[in-house]
Formats: sequence, structure tokens, C-alpha cells
Amino acid sequence: MTAPLIALEGIKCLFVRRLDLAARIGNALGAGLREDVVHAVDGVDLAIREGEVVGLVGESGCGKSTLGRIVAGILAPSAGTVRYRGNDVAALPRRERKAASLAVQMIFQDPFASLNPRKRVDSTIGEAPRVHGLVPARELSRYVDDLMRRVGLDPALKRRYPHQFSGGQRQRIGIARALAVKPEFLVCDEAVAALDVSIQAQIINLFLKLRAEANLTYLFISHDLGVVRHLSDRVAIMYLGRIVEEGPADAVFAQPNHPYTQALLAEVPRLDRRKRDFTPVKGEIPSPFAPPPGCHFHPRCPHAMDRCRREVPVLKTIAPGRKSACHLNG
Amino acid sequence: MAEPLLCVEDLKTHFFTRAGVVKAVDGVSFALERGRILGLVGESGSGKTVTGFSIIGLVDPPGRITGGRILFKGRDLAALPEPELRKFRGANIAMIFQDPAMTLNPVLRIDTQMIEAVRAHAAVGEGDARSRERARQRALAALAMVGIPAPEECLRAYPHQLSGGMRQRVAIAVAMMNKPDLIIADEPTTALDVTIQGQILYEVQRLCRETGTALIWITHDLTVVAAIADEIAVMYAGKIVEYGAADDVLDRPRHPYTAGLLNSVPSRNAKGVPLAQIPGMTPSLLDPPPGCLFRQRCARATAACAADPALAGDPSTGAHVFRCHHPLEAA
Repeated sequence: MTAPLIALEGIKCLFVRRLDLAARIGNALGAGLREDVVHAVDGVDLAIREGEVVGLVGESGCGKSTLGRIVAGILAPSAGTVRYRGNDVAALPRRERKAASLAVQMIFQDPFASLNPRKRVDSTIGEAPRVHGLVPARELSRYVDDLMRRVGLDPALKRRYPHQFSGGQRQRIGIARALAVKPEFLVCDEAVAALDVSIQAQIINLFLKLRAEANLTYLFISHDLGVVRHLSDRVAIMYLGRIVEEGPADAVFAQPNHPYTQALLAEVPRLDRRKRDFTPVKGEIPSPFAPPPGCHFHPRCPHAMDRCRREVPVLKTIAPGRKSACHLNG
Repeated sequence: MAEPLLCVEDLKTHFFTRAGVVKAVDGVSFALERGRILGLVGESGSGKTVTGFSIIGLVDPPGRITGGRILFKGRDLAALPEPELRKFRGANIAMIFQDPAMTLNPVLRIDTQMIEAVRAHAAVGEGDARSRERARQRALAALAMVGIPAPEECLRAYPHQLSGGMRQRVAIAVAMMNKPDLIIADEPTTALDVTIQGQILYEVQRLCRETGTALIWITHDLTVVAAIADEIAVMYAGKIVEYGAADDVLDRPRHPYTAGLLNSVPSRNAKGVPLAQIPGMTPSLLDPPPGCLFRQRCARATAACAADPALAGDPSTGAHVFRCHHPLEAA
């Protein structure tokens, strides 16, 4: 089997809040203050094969966006390796590293914050291919027109500024900008979360169309299980920095194994679920500054046992292609 | 049938801007009984929030209620002067906003804010409940009611010490505290996580059942509305285009826009196939042309749609009504 397009191995990402001057003086006097450390991503392995759509699901603060940024190369992991076609990206020679980073592009959640408000659309889309020498200068204009048509925008609007577009159109501009460097892999971080239902459907359809046209591979990050289920071949569920379950989308949605996945699926409001009595999961998402020991989910888990409080469950294969990190699986 | 708690009749709220008149709400009518939950659904710019703001009297200039009546317990709120309206607002009608971080004052502790809210309205129905301690007890009870695990500690906290879900619970507790007859909730769970949203939906539904408070739940999310609403009103471009019992609207939509919205929900579609999408985007409400404003995006539109479609049916009887020349067949 060929190497996966992107493989993450033991990725960790820590954010440390350094002690300020007052705290350091306090420590000199014996206050014993410690730096706050957040394990945003805590040992994640994930392989994404070419042409696949992987959905990454989790609630706020679970580290899914951080992981997406590491995959896109915007953020360097504190530990672990990102492999692109089998090669460690950090160890590649400069030229190849550039090619690898161009091949992975990212689409952001907020179509208002992710576009430079002082740049016209054509320079937003056309800048990267020009800088990287992908398109000769005299063909740039035609290239931008083509891209705009591909994402469903009228090229006549290319001299406009972002504020002259609606949210759905701006998201299309963001997609065109990502496509401009001919990527193989798109990281979509909540790319449809800020859009209205009817516009969301249009953008999801655009993703499906682009996938069929250009054989794109996606990492689709979302908290919306309905969207993820519709788009993904495989899903990974994250909770507080760790992947708790992974597997083919149909299998995971039909028969969730991890209690957190089960709770998440039970919680999702659906059109065919009317006025039911909710039996919500108890408790809050714990603070990532002080995650509970053992299995992070145990304070909210209905099946928690003694072992869950002490021992971190490992992500184990429970069926072909399916993994889950729960002590209930033995 | 009992007298409805709230009866909105042909409400018009327009914004008079330099560029022209924006008809944000243009002829909205519905009725709501005690203990019922109305889901007010629409996309951004459909006028759903302005409808809510009009009822509670929070429309700011250049916006103005230019027509219609808002009958609340038989009194017309649209005609009341501001000092009179103040007595209703917060006491009889409360509002929950989308962003709990914006609702609470960041520099005051929760107890200060909640006690202030109780005492401000004590003159309305309570008479001598002027003591701080009684207000505090009431705040405590309200926090316990919305499912906050340690209400005493929560009272002493500042808003930034609470999570988003907790803050939204506090906001709901503040709204419930004066035992209002009507709560208007504007996208209260949109900013929350799925499991927290589930908890809030559960609490709100339980509170409405137990206290008989009526609720208007404003949202763009049809799946949330399906979970809690008794009745659903779908808004498009300042008008209610379809209105009826939740099951009728969700299972047997008559207006093409409602049907389009329902079809674009991913879980309704077979996996991986393109979603049924509504082409185009919502029209500008600045000096809108006459006729059905959905006609440019509608597959069923004909020349007849250039004339305003009348509302078919009587909204006050609770029947399934819609505003369309070419409705989908009743299944």
C-alpha cells in the first residue's frame, strides 16, 4: 500500500502561559507558582489517504482546530511528526518542504476575518500563485477568472472588496484562494459553521463538486455531526486533546463505541426527533488547564469505573478499520 | 379557546435609513398561548430578531414600529409609552440573547446583577419585597432551577469565571427570575456546544412545562426547533411565509421556501450526494419590490408571483397557513 497523503504520528501541542514579572517575584519569595500548560493536542495519530474525506469532530476546546493548523503547517507541533507522502515534513529540504506546504491549504471558519478587507478579490486570490511562480504574470488575470468560475463567483466582481460580498460569497473567495496554489489537500476548519442553512448547502455542494473534479483530499473539522456525516468517509472524534474514536463514518454513526460518541450522537437535534425528553450528558467540558486524570471523559461518563480514573485508555482497534479508546473494550 | 397570551397582528417594523426604508418586519401576525413554545425560524436578515425586539420594545432608531398591534394580555404594547413598557419588560416579558458574554456585565458579580434585576421589578407585583436577602434567595432559587450545580458559588463569581454554557444558564435564570409570562429567546444555543445545547434545551423545555411560561425561540436551526417547538413560524424577507403546528410545518411543508430549507439539512439527504439547495441569496429589504420576494429563487414561480400572495387560512385559529400562489400539494 502506498503511504498515506498525510500521516500524523504522536502529535502533541502544548501552549504555555509564561509567568509574568509579578509571579516571578512571588516565586523568588517562595510562592511556588507554576506555569499554566494546556495540552491542546495530546498524542494524536491519524493517517489520511489520498482522495479521502476525514471528518474531525469535537466540542470547543478539544483541540480540533489546533490539530487542523498543525496539519496545514501553520503551527509547529511541540512533539511528533507530520508526514507528507511518507516523508517527515520538518526534515525535508527547503524546496520540497515548500511544495509540501503548498499542497496543503486551509479554509477558515469566519469569512469576515479571513479575508484582507483592504485587498480586492483578484489580488487576494491571485497573490499566492504569482508569488510562488505558478502562473506567468500575463496569464494571471485569466487564471483568477477561471478560479472564480469554479467556485461559483462571477469574474466580473473581481475588482471588488470583501465587504461588498455576502458571507456565502466570501467563503467562496476563501475557497478560491486556497485552490489557487493547486493543493491536493484542504483543511476545512468549521468552513460552513457561520453560514445560513441554504447557503451552507451551497458550500457543501461546492466541496463535493471540487472533490470530484480535482481529486481533493479533505480534513473536515466541524462540531456539526450532520454536516460531517454527509461529507466524510471516515471520522475521528476528539475530546480534550485526544482522539477517542475513529472509523468509517457509516459504522461510527450507526454503532458508536465510545460513550462520548454515543452521548454526542444522542444529543444532536434532528428533524425527525420531535419534542423528546432530553436526557443530556451531565456536566461541563472540563478545563484543559486541569484535565481529569485517566480517561478525560470519566467525570461525565455513565459507565465510569475505578480504572477510568487512574489509567489513560489507549486507542485500540476494536474492529477492522475502527478504533476506540475506552476501558469498556477490555 | 382561551384568550392567547400574546397576539401579534400585522406588525410592521421599518428602519428609516439614509439609503431608504428597510422593511425588516413587514406584516407579521401570530398568536401564542401560555406554556407553548413558538419556533421563529429564518435565515439572517429575515426579520426574526427584529420581530422579537419589537415585542419587547427594544427597537432602536432609525427603526420604528410603523403599524400593527402587539396584544399582550389584552394591552397593545406597540402603543404604550416607554415608561409603561418598562414595567412589562423584564417583569412580564423577558429576553435571552444569543451571546451570554454580552448579556452579563463583566465587572459585576452575578449576585449583584441578579439582585438588581429582582429589586428593579419588585414594585410591579411584589409590594414589600424590597429586602436584599429575599432578592438573593430568589436569585438562588432561579439558578438552581436552571440546573446550575453549585448556585451559591455561582452567585459569588464574575461572568468571566463561568463557561459559556454556565453564562447562558445564568442569563436564562435572570430571565426566569421574575416569573415572566413570556420569554423571547434569540438564538440562545447557537454559540454553545452540542452537549451543552442539549442540556439547555432540556432545561428550557422543562421550565416551560412547569411554570406555564410561553416561549418564542428565535433560530436559524430547524433541527433545534424540531426538538422543542409546539408551533413553527418560518420567516422570509420580513414576512411569515408559513405558520402552523410543528409537525405540520416539518412533515407537510406547503411553502417552497420551507421545503427548500428542510431539504438542505444534511441529515435529510443521502450521504455524499449533492444537497438540495436553494439557489441565490436572500434579497435586500431596502425598498423591496411588491410581490413574493422569494420568486427569484423559487422553482415554482410564475407571472402571478409578481402580485403579493395573501396568507391562506386564519392564523388566529392555529391552522396551518402559508403565503404562496403555488403551494406544494398537501400530502
